Amino acid sequence: MQKNDIILKVEDISKQYRLGIVGTGTIADDLTRWWYLVRGKEDPFLKVGETNERSKKGNSDYVWSLKDISFDVMRGDVIGIIGKNGAGKSTLLKILSRVTSPTTGTIKSDGRIASLLEVGTGFHPELTGRENVFLNGAILGMTKKEITNKLDEIIEFSGCERYIDTPVKRYSSGMTVRLAFAVAAFLEPDILIVDEVLAVGDAEFQKKAIGKMKDISSGDNGRTVLFVSHNMAAVQNLCKKGILLVNGKINTMGNIDDVLRQYQMLNSNKEIDISNFNRKGIGSFRMIDVKINSLSDKVEKNTFRLGEKIEIVIKVQNLEANNFSNVRIIVGVYNLNDEGYLRFDSQTTNSSLTLAPSQTTTYICSIDEHINIKPDNYKLNIALFDNDDLMDYIDGVLNFDVENYDYYLTGKSIPNPELSKVFYKHQWQQQ
Amino acid sequence: MQDNTNDNKTWKFTISPKSNLVELNLKEVWNYRDLLVLFIKRDIVTIYKQTILGPLWYLIQPLFTAVIFTIIFNNVAEIDTDGIPPFLYNLAGITIWNYFKDCLLATSDTFKSNQHIFGKVYFPRLILPLSVVLSNLIKFCIQLVVFVAFYIYYVSNGVEILPNKLIVFFPILVLTMGFFSLGLGMIISSMVTKYRDLVFLLQFGVQLLMYLSLVAYPLSLIQAKLPTLSWIVEFNPMAHIIETSRFMLLNSGEISLNWIIYTVIVTIITFLVGLVIFNRTEKRFIDTI
Repeated sequence: MQKNDIILKVEDISKQYRLGIVGTGTIADDLTRWWYLVRGKEDPFLKVGETNERSKKGNSDYVWSLKDISFDVMRGDVIGIIGKNGAGKSTLLKILSRVTSPTTGTIKSDGRIASLLEVGTGFHPELTGRENVFLNGAILGMTKKEITNKLDEIIEFSGCERYIDTPVKRYSSGMTVRLAFAVAAFLEPDILIVDEVLAVGDAEFQKKAIGKMKDISSGDNGRTVLFVSHNMAAVQNLCKKGILLVNGKINTMGNIDDVLRQYQMLNSNKEIDISNFNRKGIGSFRMIDVKINSLSDKVEKNTFRLGEKIEIVIKVQNLEANNFSNVRIIVGVYNLNDEGYLRFDSQTTNSSLTLAPSQTTTYICSIDEHINIKPDNYKLNIALFDNDDLMDYIDGVLNFDVENYDYYLTGKSIPNPELSKVFYKHQWQQQ
Repeated sequence: MQDNTNDNKTWKFTISPKSNLVELNLKEVWNYRDLLVLFIKRDIVTIYKQTILGPLWYLIQPLFTAVIFTIIFNNVAEIDTDGIPPFLYNLAGITIWNYFKDCLLATSDTFKSNQHIFGKVYFPRLILPLSVVLSNLIKFCIQLVVFVAFYIYYVSNGVEILPNKLIVFFPILVLTMGFFSLGLGMIISSMVTKYRDLVFLLQFGVQLLMYLSLVAYPLSLIQAKLPTLSWIVEFNPMAHIIETSRFMLLNSGEISLNWIIYTVIVTIITFLVGLVIFNRTEKRFIDTI
């Protein structure tokens, strides 16, 4: 087989779900539905529907969880599927792994698909680790012979040698996950579907798991992997291509960096109506818009990688016909527990800010250093002064996230980033 | 929807919303035969883990039930068993009934009790009810050995009982029963995905059905005592299966070819209907359960 053939062809897949409580309509409804189902026809009640927008109220009880999804997967592709909660990622994977069937459309596959939707599926607590390896492997589609051949490797990878003949109910949850991931990691399907498995286990095991995923997907006979995760660092690390789902439709598809950038842009484009905030101050001039731009990506975002450079853009409107010759702006970065992290005060710089009568002016605070505070959620508190008079103040005018990333450019995400508040680039030598 | 004739490429498989009425992918089931074996093993090994008597429970249940039945039906109610030792008579009925009951209860729970697996991975769903019927068959065989042991005990004590020549067809009878319970279980399990009421109905329905299945009395008795209502029993395939197997094992009672044919036909229809409904359901039950 040559490497560049299509191994999976997804054509116009749509999936409709009913909202609310399913299945307990009137008996008459259900009998009709049942009668259609028995005859192999579509559910007569599944005719209407609208797009799946989680946060908006719709008119219909039916939504399209996925709508007209089409894409081709080449042999050896490692594709990251990203999107917000409820964008249809899991539904897509469920359809691909044949757990549920699409409402319309077809999927054609030229290889065995195995899914790692959740590790440890089918583990029986009373069976020993060894017995569960066989059972779990078989559920995932391996034959007994394949499992026997790989048994030693699986056990070694899991790091559970000592407990392998103990019932799984005596395992810690971490050990169960290790064993389960080990089985799945040695699965050799043509197409592997992975959903969020990396969110479990300790740091050492996560590293091992990511390494194994890389092994699986790289090399000459690299397998085709579809990977769903909210861990953007892992997605970026593992995948070359990406698909961004928004409200059940494909928004962007292609190079993973483009897709990730698009995703972050979407996240930041939430319109915030700044006029609704609780404010303090005299109010002669007020903020009308605040945003953070990434200097690295040249776009507005509110999720930043550790080490990205940013600028804070504040639009201020003068509501009076006066000239203000000494405007002072203080931007504070706080975490959600109100602990202060960073503070940018215009008075401590050499620049002097002014505001012309009845004008709107944009002030930009560009930060020379990299964002090197620990990955977390943060908020901006911004205060505007005329000399010493507080004109406008908003607590939490904007929220943003910092994500763990390869800040030191060593090819690794920083382990246990929560243990440090600030990261400094540094060197180690020995004498 | 399913043909790829326009494509110049042949695909290993296609996922689409509709399928043929009976899309029996036996080849796929065969590919997963190792899983079938492992499920059977799991069912047998795990059921009595952390019990003291372990697999002995397989034997204790029917024996005690047979003792109780003998006391109630034969000593108290004085039901005549045609010269067969009542205990043996009841044990035969109970052993066979238990196989049917266990298969039915377990298969009818297929979708509900396995939804966590079914919601995560794909394998031919048929594997699970099939494994239930087969693991219960092993259990049934163990219980049959006990029955044979008591049989030999009674014969060596001078009781004159002989199996009928037709006993060679007993395996076929067991097979029929297996298919019947599988079919019925598949129908019920599919409906349980939407109507949980059936779970409760089944719980006591099975108990009631036992009294209509000639477990502890012969067909001739109910025909003699309740001639107007005996048709209820006569239309119950399980009654004929139990009556026929007692005829084969103990040479007691009588069999009618017509009713046997009726039973086989009902079994085939039930099984095929079950298969169709099960196949329909497995495709999207995960959305409704």
